[in-house]
Amino acid sequence: MEAFTVMTAVAAPMLRDNIDTDIIIPSREMKTVSKTGLSAGLFAGWRYTAIGGREPNIEFVLNQPAYAGTRILLGGSNFGCGSSREHAVWALHEYGIRAVLAPSFSPIFQGNCIRNGIVPVTLGAVDIAALAAYVTEAPQEHRVTVDLRNCEVTAGAQLRYSFALEGEAREMLLEGLDAIDLTFKHRAAIQQFIDQDRRVRPWIYQGA
Amino acid sequence: MSARTLFNKLWDAHVVRDLGGGVALIAIDRIFLHERTGSVALKSLRDSGRTLLDPSRVFCTMDHIVDTLPGRGDSTLMPGGTQFILETREAAREAGIRLFDVRDPLQGIVHVISPELGIVLPGATVVCPDSHTCTQGALGAFAWGIGSTEAEHALATGTLRMSRPRTLRVNFEGVLPPGVTAKDMALALISEHGSVGGNGYAVEFAGSAVRALEIEARLTLCNMATEFSAVTGFIAPDEKTFEYLKGRDCAPVGAMWDQALQQWRTLCSDEGAQFDREITLNVGELAPMVTWGTSPQQAMPVTGRVPDAGAAGSSAEAHARALGYMGLEAGQALAELPIGAAFLGSCTNSRISDLRRAAAILRGRRVANGVRAICVPGSMSVKRQAEAEGLDVVFRDAGFEWREAGCSMCFFAGGESFGHRQRVISSTNRNFESRQGPETRTHIASPEVVAASAVTGRITDPRSLVPIHDLAGSNLAGGPR
Ligand code: SF4
Repeated sequence: MEAFTVMTAVAAPMLRDNIDTDIIIPSREMKTVSKTGLSAGLFAGWRYTAIGGREPNIEFVLNQPAYAGTRILLGGSNFGCGSSREHAVWALHEYGIRAVLAPSFSPIFQGNCIRNGIVPVTLGAVDIAALAAYVTEAPQEHRVTVDLRNCEVTAGAQLRYSFALEGEAREMLLEGLDAIDLTFKHRAAIQQFIDQDRRVRPWIYQGA
Repeated sequence: MSARTLFNKLWDAHVVRDLGGGVALIAIDRIFLHERTGSVALKSLRDSGRTLLDPSRVFCTMDHIVDTLPGRGDSTLMPGGTQFILETREAAREAGIRLFDVRDPLQGIVHVISPELGIVLPGATVVCPDSHTCTQGALGAFAWGIGSTEAEHALATGTLRMSRPRTLRVNFEGVLPPGVTAKDMALALISEHGSVGGNGYAVEFAGSAVRALEIEARLTLCNMATEFSAVTGFIAPDEKTFEYLKGRDCAPVGAMWDQALQQWRTLCSDEGAQFDREITLNVGELAPMVTWGTSPQQAMPVTGRVPDAGAAGSSAEAHARALGYMGLEAGQALAELPIGAAFLGSCTNSRISDLRRAAAILRGRRVANGVRAICVPGSMSVKRQAEAEGLDVVFRDAGFEWREAGCSMCFFAGGESFGHRQRVISSTNRNFESRQGPETRTHIASPEVVAASAVTGRITDPRSLVPIHDLAGSNLAGGPR
């Protein structure tokens, strides 16, 4: 996984609440048993003029030239709710999104972000609105900086917010670590747990 | 030892190692996969050259993409769906895990068959790359939905790295009125406390009204914990739980059953245990609930009217957009809205007790002209049980389609849908925009409301249709074995 430290980039506001994973990538766009090739389906319902079509809807924020090269999304509360599909995060990542700022995230979506190199930043709705207002004035010039080392979001001279991300998630993103490799370091402890637990709760291990 | 919550007991029993900073390595007892998201995990694991830690504790079903039309096979209405089925079959075979394949007599929706077969057990950790895994917490398990990468992690290591959620106890007190169900409890909770009300919490459902629920109704209640944004929902196991599990395919037997039972009886929140938060709802005055908008929190009693803009839990703009999408105006009475379709199914309400209660309303009645009505049993076992009781005849005679088990039109995968702007009364759990098809307008409700509305062709309070004493409430016991 690619590491994330500091990034300054164009940010696009999508402030509505409850942007669910089916909006991020509709079911009909998940055509293969694969993690790639999904970015064309990102926000398909909003991004294109017709269902299943590919003609851009010019009203949609990411289609506007002013937002070319967007790598940060400013979202509403409960971002990523609904289906657990990780395809939503894979599609965002493939499109180039590296951070999502929102007042709250669905827990599954948040976990999926962390495992795929996207930083989920929780900020107050008021702060996000302030960032959105600033960005909207001149999206290409008014870029937003997400600094994971210092857990800070800054934009322009005025806007500066700190955020929290629990230790391990932050470390994994900063280092670009693969969680499975990390966990394999505890192989002996896992085996020890199972050997002991097998005696306490044998019904869990009866070959079900 | 000081008083502990049930969640703390579940958590502590599975900590393999404390990783610091509130994160622990948690042992995973059961992993369930389905062809839509599980196939990616299996394939990716194989491609990375890793193997499963313990295939005997991993299960897989075909529920999401598989057709539910009678006589179905591997071909699907969803474009490209067959590929998911074939690849899942191949990957499951290679991995050596138990697969409930398209023609398996035990096939069904993951959250229906896992309890039905006793795969989920009290005190167990259960994960599945599916957000409604919380359903299975109804048996006293710690069960939650994960992404595919986490599923891969669980398959390879038998563990997950997880930060400990906070604890919330939701107490439902009082006696449910006739015709009001666990579905209505879930919708009442979410409409009152918002669709992010449970964010960050492991939610224990407790109180006299929860104790009174039969297991299938408890599954319905826990199912919607994810619509509350909770990490999971669960209920302390009790004698009903043990009774339900006894004799099921994968449940322990003999001396091991006795040993398990002894341990399961300790799975409760101790008297005086401290929760990070507690809320209480009285169910005595609840009415059947229906959603009017595009978020599960936009729900109200079926007797109500579409609220004015600015109602609790949503901004004026979000409110207006929901009204626009649903084709509604503030002040309109919910009970009277004409519907084009009725859907009975999904991991929320497709078990035998759900079908029995709907059939009780449909018996001797017919679906209104112009309404497309569909019943999709949650598992093939539910289907067989229903047929043994003659419920299929009731549904068919009423004008319902009678399907094979699966998720079906609970969500739109690119194949079947109800159509643009079609108004659907649905026993499912999500009313998001386009959830059941492009621009389809979904109203979520209990099986009772779905059946009653199918009959009248309008959203209908089931209590207006059936003499109240005929309504069983949600306390019908049972379930196929
Ligand atoms: S029935 Fe619906 S909610 Fe349940 S697992 Fe299937 S698609 Fe998901």
